[in-house]
Amino acid sequence: MPTLKLERLCKRYASHEVIHSIDLEMADREFTVLVGPSGCGKSTTLRMIAGLETVSDGEIYIDGRPVSRLEPKERGLAMVFQDYALYPHMNVAKNMSFALRLEKKPKAEINKKVNEVAEMLGLSNLLHRKPAELSGGQRQRVAMGRALTRDAATFLFDEPLSNLDAKLRGQMRAELALMSQQVQKNMVYVTHDQVEAMTLADRIVVMQDGHIRQQGTPEELFRHPNSKFVAGFIGSPPMNFLKGVISQSGNETAVVGQGYKLSLSPEQAQRVSKQDNQEVILGIRPSDLSYAPDAKAEDALELKVVISEYIGAQSILLASCGDQNISVEIKSDQPVPLQETMKFAVHKGGLHLFDQKTEAAI
Amino acid sequence: MSTQARSFTPYLFMAPAAAVLVVALLYPIAYMIYASFLDWNPSQRIGQATFVGLRNYTSLWSDANFRESFGVTLKFASLVVSIEMILGVGLAMLLDRSIRGMTVLRTIFILPMMIAPIVVGLIWRYMYHPTVGIFNRTLNSLGFESVPWLSDSFWSLTSIIIADIWQWTPFIFILSLAALQSLPRSALEAARIDGASGWQQIVYIKLPLMMPVLIVTLLLRLIDAFKVLEVVLVMTNGGPGLSTEILSLRIARTASEFRELGVAAAMSNYLLILLMILTAIMFTYTRLSEARAARLRQMSEEG
Ligand SMILES: Nc1ncnc2c1ncn2[C@@H]1O[C@H](COP(=O)(O)OP(=O)(O)OP(=O)(O)O)[C@@H](O)[C@H]1O
Ligand SMILES: [Mg+2]
Repeated sequence: MPTLKLERLCKRYASHEVIHSIDLEMADREFTVLVGPSGCGKSTTLRMIAGLETVSDGEIYIDGRPVSRLEPKERGLAMVFQDYALYPHMNVAKNMSFALRLEKKPKAEINKKVNEVAEMLGLSNLLHRKPAELSGGQRQRVAMGRALTRDAATFLFDEPLSNLDAKLRGQMRAELALMSQQVQKNMVYVTHDQVEAMTLADRIVVMQDGHIRQQGTPEELFRHPNSKFVAGFIGSPPMNFLKGVISQSGNETAVVGQGYKLSLSPEQAQRVSKQDNQEVILGIRPSDLSYAPDAKAEDALELKVVISEYIGAQSILLASCGDQNISVEIKSDQPVPLQETMKFAVHKGGLHLFDQKTEAAI
Repeated sequence: MSTQARSFTPYLFMAPAAAVLVVALLYPIAYMIYASFLDWNPSQRIGQATFVGLRNYTSLWSDANFRESFGVTLKFASLVVSIEMILGVGLAMLLDRSIRGMTVLRTIFILPMMIAPIVVGLIWRYMYHPTVGIFNRTLNSLGFESVPWLSDSFWSLTSIIIADIWQWTPFIFILSLAALQSLPRSALEAARIDGASGWQQIVYIKLPLMMPVLIVTLLLRLIDAFKVLEVVLVMTNGGPGLSTEILSLRIARTASEFRELGVAAAMSNYLLILLMILTAIMFTYTRLSEARAARLRQMSEEG
């Protein structure tokens, strides 16, 4: 049963439209991540779901009930803010129990719930501290704890990890993944960090300029991006893009560009238009290339490696193909000579073609 | 430079400021305290006055007029400050939103504060005038009796209270509004999500977070209310009887009319002591509640 549904949702500030009629359905107990570059409208969408922004057009349904005119508290949601938004004058326990105290729950029940959540988040010995006396990571946990004590059906997160340093972010990300498994609720999570999106999401929704560009499981988005934008956004290091044209000779179809010629698989050949010389953008992920001196010419790129960046088990090679730059991710244990032109094989299924004009996947 | 010399340096830099402080602030206060122990007539030089010890202070308490004036002052100050706090903070809560015309409205609201107190007194005296004043004319035209605004002891105190509220509510209003607008937006949004109604947000989030500003505002207003002079002087000159003779008015009259500088100084000192006690109470209160929170925290983290 879908529990959260957006239908032709629009947001306008004065006459300036920032969310253009988006449709989205989230299944029960799904971890949905809204991801996209800065300013694409992720926070606005989330805040409309929360009831902190008015809806200009369209409707939001929670369990089939239209809620766009309801107050935040009537929607049964909990939210974690980017800046944590803790109540500065209340200690940790009071922060976490605020909603329950407003509901006039019995004291014993409140204490039990707070202790339970504090235990789970490792906050038990900080319960009497004020937010100003906590570290960033601890504040983050309190914000999470405040949402958890509420037994809400749906959790909203607006970039909850972006104020933490890289190491702590990784740690909190893992804790969050664990927590979401434990509590089994609907989660809607906003981030601009595609790594966070990939690791946490059951389903990723990629947004750009107030539109949803694509949605699906992390794997679907990684393997079958429907546009150049999604392809470039998902995956790290980002996908390489090369200009090319489709050329056909006999029964073989290939994509040809400056300094390369790669043959297409029969399925891909089917999808390109039959006329010759269609202009395309060829996308290849850095991880879909590997050093292979004796690969067949039609399956390999000839690259001149300029720099090798060692990042541990993997190395990123920056290379040039004609006058276009391309990066390659290889295992560090294969030494690759610099400033020489060598063959790199493209893995099967590693070629992504996009229309030159519409940038849609072919 | 040696350590000893270095530890001395800050004092060297502070010396000029300290000197100014002593001359400009402490000297007059010390002078006033000294004067309060004298039986001193303005025609005498201070050296000629006789030293009478605490007599000025003790005799004041058997002076029924002083006691009445002290009572009027307490009543006036506590009433105006509490009403102004409620109105000012309430108005700030109402007007803390961005709708068109709000800037103009806010500017109009703070106008009374900018008018010189003498003028305020004059304006209100005309408005309270028994026959041509706007209040009685309006009452009469609506078919009501005239109200003896400035000639009845109950109404005259009410009248000066109303005038003071009119003049000083804006002060509390703008300070509260500034405090409100600097509150963390997202904490208020979190409260909305947590299910706090508008009223609950005010009680549990806004007011507690504004408290430091409100305490200082209250203190400033209280100090000022105890010293108000011009408006009352112009409107009622303390009358009828002693019904509006607030302490500062009595001090002025004791010095100029009764020519008893020592007694006037003793009265001023009583006022000073009262204000210092009030200030001390407020700061001790915040100090104590902080200490309590800290103690609780320590207990829980050790145990
Ligand atoms: N109050 C407002 N008035 C006018 N425009 C606004 C307002 N709030 C947001 N916008 C615009 O709406 C668009 C979407 O903003 P939003 O905050 O949703 O972006 P975002 O995807 O969350 O970005 P980020 O990753 O930087 O947080 C932006 O172009 C922004 O300029
Ligand atoms: Mg945002």
